[in-house]
Amino acid sequence: MGAWFFKEWPWYVAGPLIGLFVPALLIAGNKVFGISGNLSHLCAAIAPGNIAFFRYDWRRAGLWNLVFLAGVLIGGFLASHTGGAQAIALSADTRVALTKLGIHDFTGVAPHELFTWHALLTVRGFVSVVLGGFLVGFGTAYAAGCTSGHAISGLANFELPSLVAVLGFFAGGLAATYFILPLLIGRL
Amino acid sequence: MTNTSVSEFQGCGAGSADQPEVRPAFLVVYLLLGIAFGAVLTRSEVLSWFRIQEMFRFQSFRMYGIIGSAVATAAVSLWLIKAAGLKSVSGERIAIPRKKLGSGIQYAAGGAIFGVGWALTGACPGPLFALIGNGVTVMIVAVASALAGTWVYGWARPRLPH
Repeated sequence: MGAWFFKEWPWYVAGPLIGLFVPALLIAGNKVFGISGNLSHLCAAIAPGNIAFFRYDWRRAGLWNLVFLAGVLIGGFLASHTGGAQAIALSADTRVALTKLGIHDFTGVAPHELFTWHALLTVRGFVSVVLGGFLVGFGTAYAAGCTSGHAISGLANFELPSLVAVLGFFAGGLAATYFILPLLIGRL
Repeated sequence: MTNTSVSEFQGCGAGSADQPEVRPAFLVVYLLLGIAFGAVLTRSEVLSWFRIQEMFRFQSFRMYGIIGSAVATAAVSLWLIKAAGLKSVSGERIAIPRKKLGSGIQYAAGGAIFGVGWALTGACPGPLFALIGNGVTVMIVAVASALAGTWVYGWARPRLPH
């Protein structure tokens, strides 16, 4: 296998590969590609309480998807242990903008100033991980989908609800990027 | 809000509750596909907080190229599957249940809330797990927090506009 396999893949390789998971799951078992449903399945499995939203047969609905998700974790491990450790080839503009915010460490896939156990004890690390994670869970459950379910599966199926959701993703992401991150990383 | 059947509310991972139980042998297929997806998320770098920032700052075509070509590939695949009237390996007729827009509030508001979380963590749900595999183990906390967020949504659901 060529050296390219172990380096970052260009967008025109990565994108179509991601898109192929939609037909692959449909052909395998008539399953719709979408990750965030797993968060509901895990809640249903661990702590359904008396909440109607979590009172369903999670094994029947989502065992296949939870197994897929376990694979995602393993795949991340395998890929990161077979490629040469290299910094992300970030655009110069983004590097300048993030440096202005207070990000100085550009090694690794996520900035060490925010995403280490040590950084979790700082306000900016705590907000990025704990509040960020909470909003990912709340938002995807509310919108009934995430990037995979709405942006890939939904848009490919020409579904209007998914388009509304994707516009919402970007509205929220832009607001956080331009209004929250400068306060969070710059000041705290 | 009244109680709603599973098929109505789960867009992501979808209304598959009424589907037949998956045979254990098929679970291996899903595991292998998941491993492949985790590897693609890693090699494509879409799980990187830096790449997500680059996207939200419109400073690189890369993420748009990836998402755009993924949607195009999936759309063409769906069209081919429909045109050929394919059945799945498990023997079912292939169909994606369509979501209803309704007022659209749940998609707009839920989407925007997720968007804020996406920019803060630099990760959507799949990448959160792939990042743990990548050694960013603090994302275990982000996953726990995401579960709390989903749980709170489930609890608050009857009182939220949809």
